[in-house]
Amino acid sequence: MASRFRQALNSSEFVVTSEIAPPKGINLETMTHHVDLLKDRVHGLNVTDHQSSVMRYPSLGGCLLIKERGGEPILQMTCRDRNRLALEADLLFAASRGIQNVLCLTGDAVPVGDHKEAAGVFDLDSVQLLKAIRELEAGRDLGGNTLDGDVEFCAGAIVTPEADPLEPQLIKFEKKVEAGAEFFQTQAIYDLDNFASFMEFARQYPVKILAGIVLLSSAKMAQYMNNNVPGIFVPQALIDELAAAVAAPDAPKGAGLAKGIEIAGRMIREIRENRLCDGVHIMAIGREEVVPDILAAAGMADWQPTGRIV
Amino acid sequence: MKSITRQKSLEQIERGLSDWARVFIVGCGTCTTATMTGGLEQVLEMKEQLEKMDKWVSGWTVIPVACDEMTAVSIEEHGRAIADAGCVLAMTCALGVHRLNQYLERPVVPALDTLFIGVEETPGCFREVCGQCGECVLGETAGICPVVTCHKGLVNGPCGGTNRGKCEVDKERDCAWSLIYARLKAQGRLQAMRNYQPPRNHHRMPRPRVTRLV
Ligand code: SF4
Ligand code: SF4
Repeated sequence: MASRFRQALNSSEFVVTSEIAPPKGINLETMTHHVDLLKDRVHGLNVTDHQSSVMRYPSLGGCLLIKERGGEPILQMTCRDRNRLALEADLLFAASRGIQNVLCLTGDAVPVGDHKEAAGVFDLDSVQLLKAIRELEAGRDLGGNTLDGDVEFCAGAIVTPEADPLEPQLIKFEKKVEAGAEFFQTQAIYDLDNFASFMEFARQYPVKILAGIVLLSSAKMAQYMNNNVPGIFVPQALIDELAAAVAAPDAPKGAGLAKGIEIAGRMIREIRENRLCDGVHIMAIGREEVVPDILAAAGMADWQPTGRIV
Repeated sequence: MKSITRQKSLEQIERGLSDWARVFIVGCGTCTTATMTGGLEQVLEMKEQLEKMDKWVSGWTVIPVACDEMTAVSIEEHGRAIADAGCVLAMTCALGVHRLNQYLERPVVPALDTLFIGVEETPGCFREVCGQCGECVLGETAGICPVVTCHKGLVNGPCGGTNRGKCEVDKERDCAWSLIYARLKAQGRLQAMRNYQPPRNHHRMPRPRVTRLV
């Protein structure tokens, strides 16, 4: 049966997903709190897979937790740490436990993380992983052997609409579509005009696009991202807006974050009202508890993710 | 083509030699001379360093091409001094260490780390251009190897970490896929980048790799 998330993607509803970062260690209290807070507010929750190559509690474990608490997990899977056997086996495990949504990523490079001497595997890449998923669905593994029991996945990937140069990313986007991606989460976007022109391109393909919304908490963070995070471009006007929010003499503590929530909400509202794409993926990076505030700022305080069969 | 090496730290070398008081040093007149890691000058410097470690250097030589079979002749010439030493310290690449081991009964201790096989791009600048993977894709990547030039060895196009032509692991390094894209585009062959590349066969020739002519 199609996953709840896939049903939402194929409904006419505006899709909202968010992201949960597993802890370093087995104290799952905070993660559980975030899952409980968000599971009924969104169509699906991504669990990151050793994001930025920092070793953490596994994505599969986080997805099981979401499942146990009645939420809809989206398994992030990178190609950095596992060869094709291990990736296939984890996909079988996920399928056997009702985890059917998979986001396929290449994975960050090992040296950017906290296990700098580890081997980077990259036996498959994101395109090959997507294809592997469709092979498993056809009843075969990558060794060409028959599988006992059917699996079904809603598989997606990442695209970076602000990449410079853009064309190589678009070529890879096409390869991912051909390999079987049915949905895409974008890298953070801030310039909606730019995004609209990307959507003109993406609309040619039979895939759903979720715009990546990364919460900004200060002008400094925005500047840092511009200088250091590939494919992210925060326009100067937004940086000025964030700076002005804390510069006011009567600015309360947390004014920067409040402004960031307002900006994220405003963008979601605009995307949703103008139907720029099929939905949004909200990344609050360490501040998952403010996702409901972002939805409220988007005018979605009472909104319920319904595009699913309960 | 050169075998690119870097000298191990003196602490590492001292640890490697800890079982012996007397040492014979071998340098190489080819690659390690070009990279200034095992030429005449470096061999003489090493002699001094070893003496500071209270080692007795029974002799030294710089073999013209340490990895070829003429090495046997050089070894013989220095048979006496080598016999006086407990071990041989090799300032050659690992291929030289291998060759020395073939002809010597004495233990051979490497003084260098062998990094990669590279070509000299500009004087003094060596680049790894091929990792001898056994399944060459250069024909579809405009002659730029994604297996060794891309940090992740990706064969289906750039990762999301590519930024203004640079690689996510180092802002100073070119992203392989930006280079491949630019060159394919200039050649009017962007189509090659759209071709799906299947997962690579890591056992095209399973290790240990050996071939025989005829
Ligand atoms: S693909 Fe790269 S590593 Fe493999 S043989 Fe060709 S140049 Fe060498
Ligand atoms: S940035 Fe370019 S070279 Fe670096 S890992 Fe990604 S694709 Fe490879």
